[in-house]
Amino acid sequence: MPERITRDDVEAVARLARLRLTDAELDLSAKELDAILGHADDIASLDLAGVEPTSHPYPLGNVFRDDVATPSLDRDEVLAAAPAAEDGMFRVPPVIGEEP
Amino acid sequence: MNAVSALELGRQIRDGERSAVEATDAVLARIGERDAGLGALREATVEHARTTAAEIDRRVAAGEAMGPLAGVPVALKDNICTRGLPTTCGSRILEGWRPPYDATVVTRLAAAGMVTVGKTNMDEFAMGSSTENSAYEATVNPLDSSRVPGGSSGGSAAAVAAGLVPLALGSDTGGSIRQPAAFCGVVGVKPTYGRVSRFGLVAYASSLDQIGPFATNVADAAALLEAIAGHDAMDSTSIPEAFPDITARLGDGVDGLRVGLPREFLGDGIAEDVRRRVHAAADALAAAGAVVDETSVPAAAHALSAYYIIAPAEASSNLSRFDGVRFGVRKDAPTTPEMYDLTRSAGFGHEVKNRIMLGTYALSAGYYDAYYGTAQKVRTLVIADFDAAYERFDVLLAPTAPTTAFPRNTLVHDPVKLYQQDICTIPTNLAGHPAMSVPFGTGDDGLPVGVQVLAPALGEVDMFRVAAVLEEVAP
Repeated sequence: MPERITRDDVEAVARLARLRLTDAELDLSAKELDAILGHADDIASLDLAGVEPTSHPYPLGNVFRDDVATPSLDRDEVLAAAPAAEDGMFRVPPVIGEEP
Repeated sequence: MNAVSALELGRQIRDGERSAVEATDAVLARIGERDAGLGALREATVEHARTTAAEIDRRVAAGEAMGPLAGVPVALKDNICTRGLPTTCGSRILEGWRPPYDATVVTRLAAAGMVTVGKTNMDEFAMGSSTENSAYEATVNPLDSSRVPGGSSGGSAAAVAAGLVPLALGSDTGGSIRQPAAFCGVVGVKPTYGRVSRFGLVAYASSLDQIGPFATNVADAAALLEAIAGHDAMDSTSIPEAFPDITARLGDGVDGLRVGLPREFLGDGIAEDVRRRVHAAADALAAAGAVVDETSVPAAAHALSAYYIIAPAEASSNLSRFDGVRFGVRKDAPTTPEMYDLTRSAGFGHEVKNRIMLGTYALSAGYYDAYYGTAQKVRTLVIADFDAAYERFDVLLAPTAPTTAFPRNTLVHDPVKLYQQDICTIPTNLAGHPAMSVPFGTGDDGLPVGVQVLAPALGEVDMFRVAAVLEEVAP
Protein backbone atom coordinates (compact mmCIF):
# COMPACT_ATOMS: atom_id res chain seq x y z
CA MET A 1 0.00 0.00 0.00
CA PRO A 2 1.44 3.42 -0.93
CA GLU A 3 1.64 6.42 1.37
CA ARG A 4 -1.77 7.60 2.37
CA ILE A 5 -3.20 10.74 0.82
CA THR A 6 -1.62 14.18 1.46
CA ARG A 7 -3.11 17.64 1.10
CA ASP A 8 -1.17 18.03 -2.16
CA ASP A 9 -2.63 14.74 -3.42
CA VAL A 10 -6.12 15.99 -2.65
CA GLU A 11 -5.42 19.20 -4.55
CA ALA A 12 -4.21 17.15 -7.51
CA VAL A 13 -7.19 14.76 -7.60
CA ALA A 14 -9.58 17.69 -7.17
CA ARG A 15 -8.10 19.16 -10.34
CA LEU A 16 -8.44 15.83 -12.16
CA ALA A 17 -12.05 15.54 -11.00
CA ARG A 18 -12.80 19.13 -12.07
CA LEU A 19 -13.50 20.38 -8.56
CA ARG A 20 -12.23 23.60 -7.02
CA LEU A 21 -11.89 23.41 -3.25
CA THR A 22 -11.39 26.27 -0.82
CA ASP A 23 -8.46 26.01 1.60
CA ALA A 24 -10.83 24.99 4.38
CA GLU A 25 -12.38 22.29 2.16
CA LEU A 26 -8.92 21.02 1.21
CA ASP A 27 -7.92 20.73 4.86
CA LEU A 28 -11.09 18.87 5.82
CA SER A 29 -11.06 16.52 2.82
CA ALA A 30 -7.36 15.69 3.30
CA LYS A 31 -8.08 14.73 6.90
CA GLU A 32 -11.19 12.70 6.07
CA LEU A 33 -9.79 10.90 3.03
CA ASP A 34 -6.66 9.99 4.96
CA ALA A 35 -8.81 8.51 7.73
CA ILE A 36 -10.89 6.55 5.21
CA LEU A 37 -7.84 5.16 3.41
CA GLY A 38 -6.31 4.37 6.80
CA HIS A 39 -9.39 2.34 7.64
CA ALA A 40 -8.93 0.44 4.37
CA ASP A 41 -5.35 -0.52 5.26
CA ASP A 42 -6.50 -3.98 6.40
CA ILE A 43 -6.82 -5.24 2.83
CA ALA A 44 -3.21 -4.32 2.04
CA SER A 45 -1.95 -7.10 4.30
CA LEU A 46 -4.10 -9.86 2.75
CA ASP A 47 -2.42 -12.55 0.68
CA LEU A 48 -4.12 -12.08 -2.67
CA ALA A 49 -1.64 -13.95 -4.84
CA GLY A 50 -3.48 -15.82 -7.58
CA VAL A 51 -6.85 -14.18 -6.78
CA GLU A 52 -8.63 -12.87 -9.87
CA PRO A 53 -10.27 -9.42 -9.62
CA THR A 54 -14.09 -9.19 -9.82
CA SER A 55 -15.58 -6.23 -11.64
CA HIS A 56 -19.13 -7.50 -11.93
CA PRO A 57 -21.07 -9.69 -9.49
CA TYR A 58 -23.26 -11.65 -11.87
CA PRO A 59 -21.35 -12.83 -14.93
CA LEU A 60 -23.29 -12.51 -18.15
CA GLY A 61 -21.77 -13.07 -21.59
CA ASN A 62 -21.74 -10.32 -24.15
CA VAL A 63 -25.26 -8.99 -24.37
CA PHE A 64 -26.44 -8.13 -27.86
CA ARG A 65 -29.72 -6.77 -29.08
CA ASP A 66 -31.15 -7.28 -32.53
CA ASP A 67 -29.70 -4.76 -34.97
CA VAL A 68 -32.97 -2.93 -35.41
CA ALA A 69 -33.35 0.82 -35.16
CA THR A 70 -35.76 1.92 -32.43
CA PRO A 71 -36.92 5.42 -31.52
CA SER A 72 -34.53 7.48 -29.40
CA LEU A 73 -35.40 10.18 -26.89
CA ASP A 74 -37.20 13.17 -28.34
CA ARG A 75 -34.51 15.72 -29.20
CA ASP A 76 -36.53 18.78 -28.28
CA GLU A 77 -37.45 17.28 -24.93
CA VAL A 78 -33.81 16.45 -24.19
CA LEU A 79 -32.60 19.92 -25.19
CA ALA A 80 -35.36 21.54 -23.15
CA ALA A 81 -33.80 19.98 -20.03
CA ALA A 82 -30.34 21.39 -20.84
CA PRO A 83 -28.98 24.64 -19.39
CA ALA A 84 -28.51 26.10 -22.90
CA ALA A 85 -29.33 24.90 -26.41
CA GLU A 86 -29.25 26.33 -29.92
CA ASP A 87 -30.04 24.97 -33.40
CA GLY A 88 -30.81 21.50 -32.06
CA MET A 89 -27.54 21.28 -30.14
CA PHE A 90 -26.27 21.79 -26.60
CA ARG A 91 -24.67 25.23 -26.33
CA VAL A 92 -21.50 25.66 -24.26
CA PRO A 93 -19.00 28.50 -23.73
CA PRO A 94 -15.80 28.50 -25.88
CA VAL A 95 -13.86 25.29 -25.34
CA ILE A 96 -10.42 26.68 -26.13
CA GLY A 97 -8.92 30.15 -26.28
CA GLU A 98 -10.46 33.49 -25.36
CA GLU A 99 -14.11 34.28 -25.70
CA PRO A 100 -14.69 35.76 -29.17
CA MET B 1 -50.42 4.55 10.33
CA ASN B 2 -52.07 2.86 7.39
CA ALA B 3 -55.12 0.94 8.46
CA VAL B 4 -54.88 -1.46 5.55
CA SER B 5 -52.05 -3.14 3.67
CA ALA B 6 -51.20 -2.23 0.08
CA LEU B 7 -52.66 -5.52 -1.16
CA GLU B 8 -55.90 -4.97 0.79
CA LEU B 9 -56.11 -1.43 -0.60
CA GLY B 10 -55.62 -2.86 -4.08
CA ARG B 11 -58.43 -5.36 -3.49
CA GLN B 12 -60.77 -2.62 -2.27
CA ILE B 13 -60.05 -0.57 -5.40
CA ARG B 14 -60.56 -3.58 -7.72
CA ASP B 15 -63.81 -4.48 -5.96
CA GLY B 16 -65.07 -0.91 -6.18
CA GLU B 17 -65.21 -0.40 -2.40
CA ARG B 18 -62.92 2.58 -2.70
CA SER B 19 -61.72 4.54 -5.71
CA ALA B 20 -58.08 5.05 -6.65
CA VAL B 21 -58.74 8.80 -6.60
CA GLU B 22 -59.97 8.57 -2.99
CA ALA B 23 -56.92 6.52 -2.01
CA THR B 24 -54.61 8.98 -3.74
CA ASP B 25 -56.29 12.04 -2.22
CA ALA B 26 -56.04 10.47 1.23
CA VAL B 27 -52.31 9.93 0.73
CA LEU B 28 -51.79 13.45 -0.61
CA ALA B 29 -53.69 14.86 2.36
CA ARG B 30 -51.54 12.89 4.80
CA ILE B 31 -48.38 14.12 3.07
CA GLY B 32 -49.69 17.69 3.30
CA GLU B 33 -50.52 17.36 6.99
CA ARG B 34 -47.55 15.43 8.27
CA ASP B 35 -44.53 15.70 6.01
CA ALA B 36 -43.48 19.20 7.08
CA GLY B 37 -41.92 17.88 10.31
CA LEU B 38 -40.59 14.74 8.68
CA GLY B 39 -38.93 15.76 5.42
CA ALA B 40 -39.63 12.38 3.82
CA LEU B 41 -40.84 13.77 0.49
CA ARG B 42 -38.86 15.96 -1.88
CA GLU B 43 -42.00 16.70 -3.82
CA ALA B 44 -45.55 15.38 -4.03
CA THR B 45 -46.50 14.78 -7.67
CA VAL B 46 -50.08 15.89 -7.10
CA GLU B 47 -51.35 16.52 -10.62
CA HIS B 48 -49.68 13.42 -12.06
CA ALA B 49 -51.07 11.27 -9.23
CA ARG B 50 -54.66 12.48 -9.60
CA THR B 51 -54.62 12.03 -13.37
CA THR B 52 -53.19 8.51 -13.07
CA ALA B 53 -55.65 7.52 -10.33
CA ALA B 54 -58.62 8.79 -12.33
CA GLU B 55 -57.48 6.69 -15.28
CA ILE B 56 -57.29 3.59 -13.05
CA ASP B 57 -60.82 4.26 -11.81
CA ARG B 58 -62.03 4.49 -15.41
CA ARG B 59 -60.41 1.13 -16.21
CA VAL B 60 -61.88 -0.52 -13.09
CA ALA B 61 -65.31 0.87 -13.98
CA ALA B 62 -64.93 -0.49 -17.52
CA GLY B 63 -64.45 -3.96 -16.04
CA GLU B 64 -60.81 -4.30 -17.06
CA ALA B 65 -58.85 -7.02 -15.22
CA MET B 66 -56.41 -5.20 -12.93
CA GLY B 67 -53.29 -6.38 -11.09
CA PRO B 68 -53.03 -6.71 -7.30
CA LEU B 69 -51.56 -3.23 -6.78
CA ALA B 70 -53.61 -1.25 -9.32
CA GLY B 71 -54.58 2.12 -7.89
CA VAL B 72 -52.19 1.80 -4.95
CA PRO B 73 -50.08 4.91 -4.24
CA VAL B 74 -46.29 4.58 -4.25
CA ALA B 75 -43.42 7.00 -3.59
CA LEU B 76 -40.08 6.83 -5.43
CA LYS B 77 -36.60 7.66 -4.27
CA ASP B 78 -35.53 10.83 -6.03
CA ASN B 79 -32.75 9.11 -8.02
CA ILE B 80 -35.33 7.22 -10.11
CA CYS B 81 -36.05 9.10 -13.33
CA THR B 82 -39.65 10.20 -13.83
CA ARG B 83 -40.48 11.79 -17.17
CA GLY B 84 -41.48 15.41 -16.72
CA LEU B 85 -41.34 15.18 -12.93
CA PRO B 86 -38.43 16.62 -10.90
CA THR B 87 -35.58 14.18 -10.15
CA THR B 88 -32.90 15.79 -7.98
CA CYS B 89 -30.93 12.89 -6.44
CA GLY B 90 -30.91 15.11 -3.34
CA SER B 91 -28.38 17.33 -5.12
CA ARG B 92 -28.30 21.00 -6.08
CA ILE B 93 -26.68 20.06 -9.37
CA LEU B 94 -29.97 18.55 -10.58
CA GLU B 95 -32.25 21.19 -9.11
CA GLY B 96 -35.15 21.80 -11.48
CA TRP B 97 -34.22 18.97 -13.86
CA ARG B 98 -37.10 17.05 -15.37
CA PRO B 99 -35.93 13.84 -17.06
CA PRO B 100 -37.03 13.27 -20.67
CA TYR B 101 -37.73 9.59 -19.96
CA ASP B 102 -39.03 7.17 -17.33
CA ALA B 103 -36.90 4.59 -15.56
CA THR B 104 -37.95 1.03 -16.43
CA VAL B 105 -39.32 0.56 -12.90
CA VAL B 106 -41.56 3.59 -13.43
CA THR B 107 -42.87 2.10 -16.66
CA ARG B 108 -43.54 -1.17 -14.83
CA LEU B 109 -45.31 0.54 -11.94
CA ALA B 110 -47.51 2.28 -14.50
CA ALA B 111 -48.22 -1.05 -16.20
CA ALA B 112 -49.23 -2.43 -12.79
CA GLY B 113 -51.64 0.50 -12.44
CA MET B 114 -49.79 2.02 -9.51
CA VAL B 115 -49.94 5.71 -8.75
CA THR B 116 -46.71 7.66 -8.17
CA VAL B 117 -47.54 10.24 -5.51
CA GLY B 118 -44.12 11.71 -4.86
CA LYS B 119 -40.35 11.60 -4.88
CA THR B 120 -38.59 10.89 -1.61
CA ASN B 121 -35.65 12.60 0.05
CA MET B 122 -32.24 10.92 0.03
CA ASP B 123 -28.59 11.47 0.80
CA GLU B 124 -27.06 13.31 -2.14
CA PHE B 125 -26.48 10.79 -4.97
CA ALA B 126 -27.23 8.02 -2.44
CA MET B 127 -24.00 8.72 -0.56
CA GLY B 128 -24.80 8.49 3.13
CA SER B 129 -26.41 6.38 5.82
CA SER B 130 -28.61 8.91 7.62
CA THR B 131 -30.39 11.09 5.00
CA GLU B 132 -28.64 14.07 6.56
CA ASN B 133 -26.55 14.52 3.41
CA SER B 134 -29.45 15.71 1.27
CA ALA B 135 -28.70 19.15 -0.18
CA TYR B 136 -32.28 20.18 0.61
CA GLU B 137 -33.19 19.02 4.11
CA ALA B 138 -32.60 16.17 6.52
CA THR B 139 -35.27 13.51 6.95
CA VAL B 140 -36.32 12.66 10.51
CA ASN B 141 -37.11 9.22 11.91
CA PRO B 142 -40.91 9.13 12.26
CA LEU B 143 -40.65 6.93 15.37
CA ASP B 144 -38.37 9.36 17.25
CA SER B 145 -37.64 12.82 15.89
CA SER B 146 -34.26 12.95 17.66
CA ARG B 147 -33.03 10.03 15.54
CA VAL B 148 -32.04 9.61 11.91
CA PRO B 149 -34.19 7.46 9.62
CA GLY B 150 -31.09 5.79 8.17
CA GLY B 151 -30.05 6.22 4.56
CA SER B 152 -29.54 6.79 1.85
CA SER B 153 -33.19 5.87 1.08
CA GLY B 154 -34.31 7.46 4.36
CA GLY B 155 -37.15 9.40 2.76
CA SER B 156 -38.74 6.25 1.35
CA ALA B 157 -38.37 4.37 4.65
CA ALA B 158 -39.77 7.29 6.68
CA ALA B 159 -42.68 7.82 4.27
CA VAL B 160 -43.76 4.18 4.64
CA ALA B 161 -43.10 4.00 8.40
CA ALA B 162 -45.08 7.20 9.02
CA GLY B 163 -48.00 5.82 7.03
CA LEU B 164 -47.79 8.57 4.41
CA VAL B 165 -47.68 5.94 1.65
CA PRO B 166 -48.23 2.17 1.74
CA LEU B 167 -45.27 1.44 -0.56
CA ALA B 168 -42.05 3.04 -1.78
CA LEU B 169 -39.01 2.24 -3.88
CA GLY B 170 -35.43 2.88 -2.86
CA SER B 171 -32.00 1.93 -4.13
CA ASP B 172 -29.35 -0.08 -2.30
CA THR B 173 -25.64 0.21 -3.15
CA GLY B 174 -24.19 -0.68 0.27
CA GLY B 175 -27.31 -1.04 2.42
CA SER B 176 -29.32 2.04 1.47
CA ILE B 177 -32.65 0.17 1.48
CA ARG B 178 -32.09 -2.31 4.31
CA GLN B 179 -30.52 -0.03 6.94
CA PRO B 180 -33.26 2.66 6.77
CA ALA B 181 -35.89 -0.11 6.74
CA ALA B 182 -34.37 -1.45 9.96
CA PHE B 183 -34.19 2.01 11.57
CA CYS B 184 -37.80 2.83 10.70
CA GLY B 185 -39.30 -0.58 11.50
CA VAL B 186 -40.44 -1.51 7.98
CA VAL B 187 -39.57 -4.23 5.45
CA GLY B 188 -36.86 -3.38 2.90
CA VAL B 189 -35.52 -5.60 0.11
CA LYS B 190 -32.35 -5.53 -1.99
CA PRO B 191 -32.94 -8.03 -4.82
CA THR B 192 -30.22 -10.03 -6.59
CA TYR B 193 -28.09 -7.69 -8.71
CA GLY B 194 -29.71 -7.68 -12.16
CA ARG B 195 -33.22 -8.71 -11.03
CA VAL B 196 -34.54 -5.15 -11.30
CA SER B 197 -33.55 -2.96 -14.23
CA ARG B 198 -31.24 -0.06 -13.45
CA PHE B 199 -32.30 1.80 -16.60
CA GLY B 200 -33.25 5.26 -15.40
CA LEU B 201 -31.72 4.86 -11.95
CA VAL B 202 -29.15 7.65 -11.69
CA ALA B 203 -25.95 5.66 -11.18
CA TYR B 204 -23.83 5.80 -8.03
CA ALA B 205 -21.79 2.58 -8.28
CA SER B 206 -23.08 0.62 -11.25
CA SER B 207 -21.79 -2.82 -10.24
CA LEU B 208 -23.52 -2.53 -6.84
CA ASP B 209 -26.70 -0.44 -7.32
CA GLN B 210 -30.04 -2.21 -7.18
CA ILE B 211 -33.61 -0.88 -6.84
CA GLY B 212 -35.95 -2.52 -4.33
CA PRO B 213 -39.18 -2.13 -2.33
CA PHE B 214 -40.16 -0.75 1.07
CA ALA B 215 -43.42 -1.93 2.64
CA THR B 216 -45.05 -2.31 6.05
CA ASN B 217 -45.25 -6.08 5.62
CA VAL B 218 -43.59 -8.94 3.75
CA ALA B 219 -46.49 -9.76 1.39
CA ASP B 220 -46.73 -6.14 0.18
CA ALA B 221 -42.97 -6.08 -0.40
CA ALA B 222 -43.21 -9.30 -2.43
CA ALA B 223 -46.04 -7.91 -4.56
CA LEU B 224 -44.15 -4.67 -5.28
CA LEU B 225 -40.97 -6.57 -6.15
CA GLU B 226 -42.92 -8.82 -8.52
CA ALA B 227 -44.30 -5.72 -10.22
CA ILE B 228 -40.85 -4.27 -10.99
CA ALA B 229 -38.57 -7.33 -11.41
CA GLY B 230 -37.67 -9.21 -14.58
CA HIS B 231 -35.52 -8.89 -17.65
CA ASP B 232 -35.15 -5.54 -19.38
CA ALA B 233 -33.37 -5.12 -22.70
CA MET B 234 -32.47 -1.54 -21.70
CA ASP B 235 -30.09 -2.79 -18.97
CA SER B 236 -27.24 -4.98 -20.23
CA THR B 237 -26.72 -6.34 -16.69
CA SER B 238 -30.34 -7.47 -16.44
CA ILE B 239 -30.74 -11.17 -15.57
CA PRO B 240 -32.53 -13.11 -18.34
CA GLU B 241 -34.20 -15.65 -15.98
CA ALA B 242 -37.88 -15.01 -15.27
CA PHE B 243 -38.65 -13.70 -11.80
CA PRO B 244 -40.33 -16.38 -9.64
CA ASP B 245 -43.80 -16.12 -8.10
CA ILE B 246 -42.68 -15.35 -4.54
CA THR B 247 -46.18 -14.47 -3.36
CA ALA B 248 -47.33 -18.06 -3.95
CA ARG B 249 -44.51 -19.34 -1.72
CA LEU B 250 -44.87 -16.97 1.25
CA GLY B 251 -46.78 -19.54 3.27
CA ASP B 252 -44.37 -22.41 2.65
CA GLY B 253 -42.76 -22.14 6.09
CA VAL B 254 -39.16 -23.00 6.87
CA ASP B 255 -39.38 -26.68 7.79
CA GLY B 256 -36.03 -28.27 6.96
CA LEU B 257 -34.56 -25.02 5.62
CA ARG B 258 -30.89 -24.60 6.59
CA VAL B 259 -30.18 -21.25 8.25
CA GLY B 260 -26.60 -20.13 8.92
CA LEU B 261 -25.46 -17.55 11.48
CA PRO B 262 -22.19 -16.08 10.14
CA ARG B 263 -20.02 -15.08 13.07
CA GLU B 264 -18.39 -12.15 11.21
CA PHE B 265 -21.81 -10.41 11.30
CA LEU B 266 -22.30 -10.93 15.03
CA GLY B 267 -18.97 -9.91 16.54
CA ASP B 268 -17.51 -6.75 18.00
CA GLY B 269 -19.14 -3.61 16.75
CA ILE B 270 -22.65 -5.07 16.91
CA ALA B 271 -24.66 -3.71 19.85
CA GLU B 272 -25.63 -6.33 22.40
CA ASP B 273 -29.39 -5.63 22.16
CA VAL B 274 -29.25 -6.05 18.36
CA ARG B 275 -27.29 -9.29 18.67
CA ARG B 276 -29.87 -10.66 21.13
CA ARG B 277 -32.68 -10.03 18.65
CA VAL B 278 -30.83 -11.86 15.87
CA HIS B 279 -30.29 -14.87 18.12
CA ALA B 280 -33.95 -14.74 19.16
CA ALA B 281 -34.93 -14.70 15.47
CA ALA B 282 -32.69 -17.73 14.85
CA ASP B 283 -34.32 -19.54 17.78
CA ALA B 284 -37.76 -18.72 16.39
CA LEU B 285 -36.81 -20.15 13.00
CA ALA B 286 -35.48 -23.30 14.67
CA ALA B 287 -38.77 -23.62 16.55
CA ALA B 288 -40.54 -23.35 13.19
CA GLY B 289 -38.55 -26.30 11.85
CA ALA B 290 -35.45 -24.71 10.34
CA VAL B 291 -32.02 -26.23 10.92
CA VAL B 292 -29.89 -23.45 12.43
CA ASP B 293 -26.13 -23.53 12.87
CA GLU B 294 -23.17 -21.16 13.09
CA THR B 295 -21.04 -20.53 10.02
CA SER B 296 -18.34 -18.21 8.77
CA VAL B 297 -17.83 -15.83 5.83
CA PRO B 298 -14.25 -14.78 6.69
CA ALA B 299 -13.69 -12.24 3.87
CA ALA B 300 -16.82 -10.34 4.94
CA ALA B 301 -14.61 -8.75 7.58
CA HIS B 302 -12.77 -6.94 4.75
CA ALA B 303 -15.85 -6.07 2.68
CA LEU B 304 -16.19 -2.55 4.09
CA SER B 305 -12.65 -1.63 3.06
CA ALA B 306 -13.11 -3.04 -0.43
CA TYR B 307 -16.45 -1.26 -0.81
CA TYR B 308 -15.05 2.15 0.13
CA ILE B 309 -12.56 1.82 -2.73
CA ILE B 310 -14.85 0.23 -5.34
CA ALA B 311 -17.95 2.40 -4.83
CA PRO B 312 -16.10 5.74 -4.94
CA ALA B 313 -14.09 4.54 -7.95
CA GLU B 314 -17.28 3.81 -9.88
CA ALA B 315 -18.87 7.02 -8.59
CA SER B 316 -15.97 9.16 -9.76
CA SER B 317 -16.59 7.86 -13.28
CA ASN B 318 -20.41 7.96 -13.13
CA LEU B 319 -20.61 11.47 -11.74
CA SER B 320 -18.35 12.91 -14.43
CA ARG B 321 -21.55 13.31 -16.48
CA PHE B 322 -22.66 16.18 -14.25
CA ASP B 323 -20.81 18.94 -16.06
CA GLY B 324 -23.41 21.61 -16.74
CA VAL B 325 -23.79 20.70 -20.42
CA ARG B 326 -26.79 18.39 -20.84
CA PHE B 327 -28.86 18.61 -17.68
CA GLY B 328 -29.26 20.35 -14.39
CA VAL B 329 -27.64 23.51 -13.20
CA ARG B 330 -24.83 25.46 -14.91
CA LYS B 331 -22.57 28.09 -13.41
CA ASP B 332 -21.62 30.44 -16.23
CA ALA B 333 -17.96 31.00 -17.03
CA PRO B 334 -15.97 32.38 -19.99
CA THR B 335 -14.75 28.94 -21.13
CA THR B 336 -16.16 25.42 -20.97
CA PRO B 337 -13.40 24.00 -18.73
CA GLU B 338 -13.99 26.77 -16.20
CA MET B 339 -17.74 26.21 -16.50
CA TYR B 340 -17.19 22.53 -15.60
CA ASP B 341 -15.15 23.48 -12.53
CA LEU B 342 -17.57 26.09 -11.24
CA THR B 343 -20.67 24.00 -11.94
CA ARG B 344 -19.36 20.89 -10.20
CA SER B 345 -17.85 22.81 -7.27
CA ALA B 346 -21.12 24.65 -6.60
CA GLY B 347 -23.43 21.73 -7.46
CA PHE B 348 -21.95 18.88 -5.40
CA GLY B 349 -21.96 18.71 -1.60
CA HIS B 350 -18.98 17.88 0.59
CA GLU B 351 -19.53 14.11 0.89
CA VAL B 352 -20.05 13.71 -2.86
CA LYS B 353 -16.84 15.65 -3.55
CA ASN B 354 -15.01 13.45 -1.06
CA ARG B 355 -16.15 10.24 -2.72
CA ILE B 356 -15.41 11.53 -6.22
CA MET B 357 -11.89 12.49 -5.12
CA LEU B 358 -11.37 9.21 -3.25
CA GLY B 359 -12.38 7.29 -6.37
CA THR B 360 -10.26 9.44 -8.65
CA TYR B 361 -7.30 8.82 -6.36
CA ALA B 362 -7.90 5.06 -6.16
CA LEU B 363 -8.03 4.86 -9.97
CA SER B 364 -5.08 7.14 -10.67
CA ALA B 365 -1.78 5.96 -12.16
CA GLY B 366 0.48 4.52 -9.50
CA TYR B 367 -2.34 3.74 -7.07
CA TYR B 368 -4.69 1.70 -9.26
CA ASP B 369 -3.28 -1.74 -8.39
CA ALA B 370 -2.74 -0.95 -4.73
CA TYR B 371 -6.27 0.28 -4.15
CA TYR B 372 -8.76 -0.59 -6.90
CA GLY B 373 -7.05 -3.81 -7.99
CA THR B 374 -6.72 -5.02 -4.39
CA ALA B 375 -10.35 -4.18 -3.62
CA GLN B 376 -11.54 -6.12 -6.68
CA LYS B 377 -9.61 -9.17 -5.50
CA VAL B 378 -11.13 -8.89 -2.03
CA ARG B 379 -14.49 -8.83 -3.79
CA THR B 380 -13.61 -12.21 -5.33
CA LEU B 381 -12.83 -13.58 -1.85
CA VAL B 382 -16.12 -12.30 -0.44
CA ILE B 383 -18.03 -14.08 -3.20
CA ALA B 384 -16.03 -17.32 -2.73
CA ASP B 385 -16.65 -17.31 1.03
CA PHE B 386 -20.39 -16.73 0.55
CA ASP B 387 -20.46 -19.55 -2.03
CA ALA B 388 -18.83 -21.88 0.48
CA ALA B 389 -21.37 -20.93 3.17
CA TYR B 390 -24.26 -21.49 0.75
CA GLU B 391 -23.09 -25.03 0.10
CA ARG B 392 -24.19 -25.79 3.65
CA PHE B 393 -27.00 -23.28 4.12
CA ASP B 394 -30.02 -22.06 2.17
CA VAL B 395 -30.03 -18.61 3.80
CA LEU B 396 -27.97 -16.66 6.32
CA LEU B 397 -29.29 -14.58 9.21
CA ALA B 398 -27.57 -11.39 10.45
CA PRO B 399 -28.27 -7.97 11.89
CA THR B 400 -29.19 -5.35 9.30
CA ALA B 401 -27.33 -2.58 11.13
CA PRO B 402 -24.99 -2.63 14.13
CA THR B 403 -27.32 -0.44 16.24
CA THR B 404 -30.84 0.92 16.29
CA ALA B 405 -31.39 4.38 14.78
CA PHE B 406 -28.66 6.71 16.03
CA PRO B 407 -29.12 10.36 17.10
CA ARG B 408 -29.18 13.10 14.47
CA ASN B 409 -26.16 15.36 13.92
CA THR B 410 -23.66 12.83 15.25
CA LEU B 411 -22.13 10.33 12.83
CA VAL B 412 -22.65 12.61 9.84
CA HIS B 413 -19.52 14.47 10.95
CA ASP B 414 -17.38 11.33 11.20
CA PRO B 415 -17.20 9.51 7.84
CA VAL B 416 -15.31 6.46 9.09
CA LYS B 417 -17.84 5.81 11.87
CA LEU B 418 -20.75 6.53 9.53
CA TYR B 419 -19.39 4.05 6.98
CA GLN B 420 -19.26 1.37 9.70
CA GLN B 421 -23.07 1.53 9.78
CA ASP B 422 -22.87 -0.53 6.59
CA ILE B 423 -20.71 -3.45 7.80
CA CYS B 424 -23.61 -5.92 7.79
CA THR B 425 -25.11 -4.87 4.47
CA ILE B 426 -22.11 -4.22 2.21
CA PRO B 427 -20.95 -7.85 1.78
CA THR B 428 -24.11 -8.80 -0.12
CA ASN B 429 -23.76 -5.83 -2.47
CA LEU B 430 -20.21 -6.89 -3.32
CA ALA B 431 -21.48 -10.43 -3.98
CA GLY B 432 -24.56 -9.27 -5.91
CA HIS B 433 -26.77 -11.39 -3.66
CA PRO B 434 -30.29 -10.60 -2.41
CA ALA B 435 -30.93 -9.63 1.22
CA MET B 436 -33.82 -8.08 3.10
CA SER B 437 -34.50 -6.49 6.46
CA VAL B 438 -37.50 -7.53 8.55
CA PRO B 439 -38.49 -5.76 11.79
CA PHE B 440 -37.94 -8.06 14.76
CA GLY B 441 -38.69 -6.44 18.09
CA THR B 442 -36.93 -3.45 19.58
CA GLY B 443 -33.62 -2.57 21.17
CA ASP B 444 -33.07 -1.35 24.73
CA ASP B 445 -34.07 2.15 23.57
CA GLY B 446 -37.46 0.94 22.34
CA LEU B 447 -36.56 1.54 18.68
CA PRO B 448 -36.93 -1.18 16.02
CA VAL B 449 -34.29 -3.79 15.31
CA GLY B 450 -34.04 -5.16 11.77
CA VAL B 451 -33.03 -8.75 11.20
CA GLN B 452 -31.43 -9.37 7.84
CA VAL B 453 -32.09 -12.46 5.72
CA LEU B 454 -29.35 -13.12 3.14
CA ALA B 455 -29.63 -15.58 0.25
CA PRO B 456 -27.49 -16.67 -2.70
CA ALA B 457 -28.01 -15.13 -6.15
CA LEU B 458 -31.57 -15.76 -7.38
CA GLY B 459 -32.52 -17.01 -3.90
CA GLU B 460 -35.45 -14.61 -3.37
CA VAL B 461 -38.03 -17.37 -2.77
CA ASP B 462 -36.25 -18.88 0.25
CA MET B 463 -35.38 -15.39 1.51
CA PHE B 464 -39.04 -14.36 1.48
CA ARG B 465 -40.17 -17.66 3.08
CA VAL B 466 -37.89 -16.93 6.02
CA ALA B 467 -38.99 -13.29 6.15
CA ALA B 468 -42.65 -14.35 6.25
CA VAL B 469 -42.02 -16.65 9.24
CA LEU B 470 -39.99 -13.96 11.05
CA GLU B 471 -42.82 -11.48 10.54
CA GLU B 472 -45.31 -13.95 11.99
CA VAL B 473 -43.30 -14.70 15.14
CA ALA B 474 -41.73 -11.24 15.66
CA PRO B 475 -42.09 -9.93 19.24
